Amino acid sequence: MSATLQVLADSAVVAKRNLIKIKRVPDLLVFTLLSPIMFILLFAYVFGSAIDVPGDGNYREFLIPGIFAQTVIFGATITGAGLAEDMQKGIIDRFRSLPMSRMAVLVGRTGSDVVNNVLVIVVMSLTGLLVGWRIRTSVLEALGGFVVLLLFAYAVSWVFAYVGLLVPSPEVVNNASFMIIFPVTFVANTFVPSERLPGPLRSFAEWNPVSSVTQASRELFGNVPPGATVPDAWSLQHPVLYTLLWVVIILAVFIPLATRQYKRAASR
Amino acid sequence: MHTGGTDVIRATGLVKRYGQVTALAGLDLAVPEGTVLGLLGPNGAGKTTAVRILTTLLEADEGTAEVAGIDVRSNPQGVRERIGLSGQYAAVDEYLTGFENLDMIGRLYRLGRKPSRERARELLERFALSDAADRPVKTYSGGMRRRLDLAGALVAAPQVLFLDEPTTGLDPRSRTGMWEVIRELVASGTTLLLTTQYLEEADRLADDIVVIDHGRVIAHGTSDELKATVGGERVELVVRSQQDLPTAQRVLAELAVGEVQVEQGSRRLVAPVSGGAGVLVEAVRRLDAEGVDVLDVGMRRPTLDDVFLSLTGQPADPSAAAGGPDQGSAEPPPERRGPTDRGRSARRAAAATQASPPASAGSGTGRAPAAPTGAHVPNEEVVR
Repeated sequence: MSATLQVLADSAVVAKRNLIKIKRVPDLLVFTLLSPIMFILLFAYVFGSAIDVPGDGNYREFLIPGIFAQTVIFGATITGAGLAEDMQKGIIDRFRSLPMSRMAVLVGRTGSDVVNNVLVIVVMSLTGLLVGWRIRTSVLEALGGFVVLLLFAYAVSWVFAYVGLLVPSPEVVNNASFMIIFPVTFVANTFVPSERLPGPLRSFAEWNPVSSVTQASRELFGNVPPGATVPDAWSLQHPVLYTLLWVVIILAVFIPLATRQYKRAASR
Repeated sequence: MHTGGTDVIRATGLVKRYGQVTALAGLDLAVPEGTVLGLLGPNGAGKTTAVRILTTLLEADEGTAEVAGIDVRSNPQGVRERIGLSGQYAAVDEYLTGFENLDMIGRLYRLGRKPSRERARELLERFALSDAADRPVKTYSGGMRRRLDLAGALVAAPQVLFLDEPTTGLDPRSRTGMWEVIRELVASGTTLLLTTQYLEEADRLADDIVVIDHGRVIAHGTSDELKATVGGERVELVVRSQQDLPTAQRVLAELAVGEVQVEQGSRRLVAPVSGGAGVLVEAVRRLDAEGVDVLDVGMRRPTLDDVFLSLTGQPADPSAAAGGPDQGSAEPPPERRGPTDRGRSARRAAAATQASPPASAGSGTGRAPAAPTGAHVPNEEVVR
């Protein structure tokens, strides 16, 4: 028990350090926030007129949960870039020479990135409200929607923690995340309804956890277009459960992987 | 030199390989309590690898190491509680202030909130960083960062301190400042292992010096012992005219402690001497009285390169270790230069540093601008 407390105390120290950086380098946060705003505006006004949603839904309501999902996943890549930078600058060496918990650097890092994502979600929600997005469910359900988004992003953070410790510099993390995240977030139901996609892409999209995260937040915010057909895939029929399954699996795989890599990485 | 007492750092047969490259090839070290060991060697010699193993950042492939009586491999956390490490690259967070950096380290050593803060303020005061305490480290100079990094290593008042090239890349003034700080630490009884590329640094700070190359110990002794193996000071001079050579040789022979060597073609004479700069002054005075026209004259003392030359028969060539795990600034291959060349390089060094006298050109490795220029042990005095 006291060991767990010790991990948490050390992690809090590390998280505080990361948050001070957000405060000292506000440009970083500004750009993290500007890109989702840009996405909302682009899709709402440029593509929105060309994309039909099933039933007689409003595309902007359909769109915003998709952008939420994409953005928090991008937010999770900060974990990788931050760790790669710390490695490069030798700060990880310092941490490793201290009698602190071995988990704390990773727990603190992923923890502070949740705070970052909360800020991002707040700004995006406000932008969404401005362009016509509305929450049509209870407060509790809406909170549930945000929690699902943050949980999934937290799991993805651990994936990128592993990636960040694997690569030699933060730039590589940024390039790698682009290569991975763009296809994964676009071949999904984030921007267009997945039913319209051709065969194999459609199957991929239906079982893609990004789709289930999006579907879950659409349901929890009440943004599923009225009259939309119930999807065939089990994953989209039970999006919350399916998403949580992914969260558990990702954490179970990547927490040990990242922790092992942390011990090993600095030994290069 | 040190008898009795226990060894606070002890390493036996450390081996570390990176693929084809053998960074450590069976390294043995012993540092008695309260003493300073200087680990001396060129880039790629294995200095950083040794420090990383002793500070638990790296596991050795073979061999054993104990720090403060604790086995590095079986109880790394126990070792971490008792050591402080300051690396080659200042590992401080540049977005945090100096105070926040030290406070964070204190918390991670689990000193508690209040003691951490007090310790941070105390160390900032001691390292003359109080004025900059609440500024982000981004705004610090290189010397200030190194001092902060060293302060970070001292937060928990560790029993054993490891400093990996604490002054590499610092300008002469910051280097001298760093030496003072380290000397104070040593005076208070900390056991210290220090790595350096500079014989003079080891000379000033270390009780014992271990010279390593290609991952193994090639010499061990006090600074005087090492210099003795290389040979002592020499006066080197170049006369303008061939005809003056016999006279110059006779004058130097009166002052020399050994045979005077004469190189006819270059009109160069080398005389082993003892007694420091006074001998040089005396030689110049007598040569002047004899009417010998001296083109260039200098005093030469042993350098790291001389130690290497005499120990390995090869110059300390960093290119031999290219691709090795010890990364650092490359230095041009050292070469022996005649007094004339050195006079020229001294002037170049003077032009490069402006403020510092050209006293260190004798190191012959091309890093004269960064080399220390204190008056205590000048490598060479150039008299024209």
